[in-house]
Amino acid sequence: MNQTKNLIDENGRRTDGRNPDELRQIKITVGVVKNADGSAFIEFGRNKIIAAVYGPREVHPKHMALPDRCILRCRYHMSPFSTDTRKNPAPSRREVEISKVMRESLEPALILEDYPRAAIDLFVEVLQADGGSRCAGITAASIALADAGINMRDIVSACAAGKIDNKIVLDINDTEDKEGGADMPVAYMPHLEQVTLLQLDGILTPEQFNECLDKAIGGCNMVYEIQRQALMQKYFGNETELKEEQ
Amino acid sequence: MQEIKRKYVVPGDKVIEGNFRPLMNVIKAGNSIIATRIGIAETGRDGVKVIPLSGVYIPRVNDIVIGKIIDHSSLSWEVDVNSCFSAHLPAQDVFGRDFSPARDDMGRQLAIGDLIAARIIAFDRTRDPMLTIQDKDLGKIPRGELLKISATRVPRLIGKRGSMIQTIEQATQTRILIGQNGIVVVMGRNLDGIKLSIRAIKMVEEEAHTANLTQRVKALLNVPDSPQAESSSVTQTQNNQKGEEIQSTIEEVEEEKIEGGNA
Repeated sequence: MNQTKNLIDENGRRTDGRNPDELRQIKITVGVVKNADGSAFIEFGRNKIIAAVYGPREVHPKHMALPDRCILRCRYHMSPFSTDTRKNPAPSRREVEISKVMRESLEPALILEDYPRAAIDLFVEVLQADGGSRCAGITAASIALADAGINMRDIVSACAAGKIDNKIVLDINDTEDKEGGADMPVAYMPHLEQVTLLQLDGILTPEQFNECLDKAIGGCNMVYEIQRQALMQKYFGNETELKEEQ
Repeated sequence: MQEIKRKYVVPGDKVIEGNFRPLMNVIKAGNSIIATRIGIAETGRDGVKVIPLSGVYIPRVNDIVIGKIIDHSSLSWEVDVNSCFSAHLPAQDVFGRDFSPARDDMGRQLAIGDLIAARIIAFDRTRDPMLTIQDKDLGKIPRGELLKISATRVPRLIGKRGSMIQTIEQATQTRILIGQNGIVVVMGRNLDGIKLSIRAIKMVEEEAHTANLTQRVKALLNVPDSPQAESSSVTQTQNNQKGEEIQSTIEEVEEEKIEGGNA
């Protein structure tokens, strides 16, 4: 791939001033959509994404319902104003794909058998996009699902890693995604230590692949800590330990 | 008294390791117990459970619920019980065993839009919940102000041995019916009392997880603080009440209904 500019400068810093192993600034707010049963707003660098969960609720149309478990319906959508050139609001091929992989990355964490014949609707709306929006979307969505009180085996955390200037770095942003060598989004369940999403766009050697995957999983663990804090903050305030008052 | 260990958990957290019985909102993974909801985990002698702090209402057998008639077939009414499953009330339950669809007019007993207090008699994974109104305190609710709160807040609204709801009722001169599904009906002769009562209920819902809620509700209602006011933390009240006395909360709901019926 032809690179027009250096993505890592002489001091080892990336275009946005980060170190190779540094995540972008992440902020998660839980419960922003009052109408929804659960919701979360995430700022992942310059990404701004709202996730809202409705359900478990009745399935319409009825024929979609499954007799033994709940269905998860997921819609990833980018707002027309989320990018610098207007994005057509109609669902694009890319959005349909991301909706599907997002659903598949969250399903293993949910105990869908607890809600037979019902549906959980998940809406992920990108207000501002800056590369890595599917990872940020999954991260927010799993917090929204937990906020909705749906039975889950684990929280899903997502983070990408990739290759720029032939070097493996964590959390690829928009420029690095477009100009760099590879982008690998990974979703991961930190307690169960299972990967639920792994995509790869670009070319990596087997050694680079392993390094990239390890780095992405490390990133997921960092994201998890932020997710956990956000949930704790919403439900228990600043307390982390329950104080016994007898 | 048995020792109960409590802690805050989010889904995926390990509550405890060892051979414990999973009771509610937990799963067993290998040798450890994992929480599946956000809430307060309780480890007692009989097992481990998580008291959830969020979530929609999922029916359970023997719950008292308040529902709205949304439709009827020739043999049963369909009732919206604020859940992802719509409940069914068989016509035989209301008309008796000699019910005949040709002879009896179902609309005369319960019309579409009517509110009922009912008990869930059957519910499992394969079938929608089945209701009954054949109990002394169940049946049609003739009047009142309807409001919905989160089902996870219902135990808090009732309070320890019904303390919270009694406080609100006495201070506002109203009768309050509470369904386990989070539907609340406020009845009373005095409009100001009803308004105040609704404000208090909404306050309990919004601030359910904060400490000293009873005092603040009393302040809102202008009730003097009694000496034996709850000094324990909110979470504890919630736990005791919801966990160990779940049966008594149901009875209390029923008691409310009896009182409501006589008023």
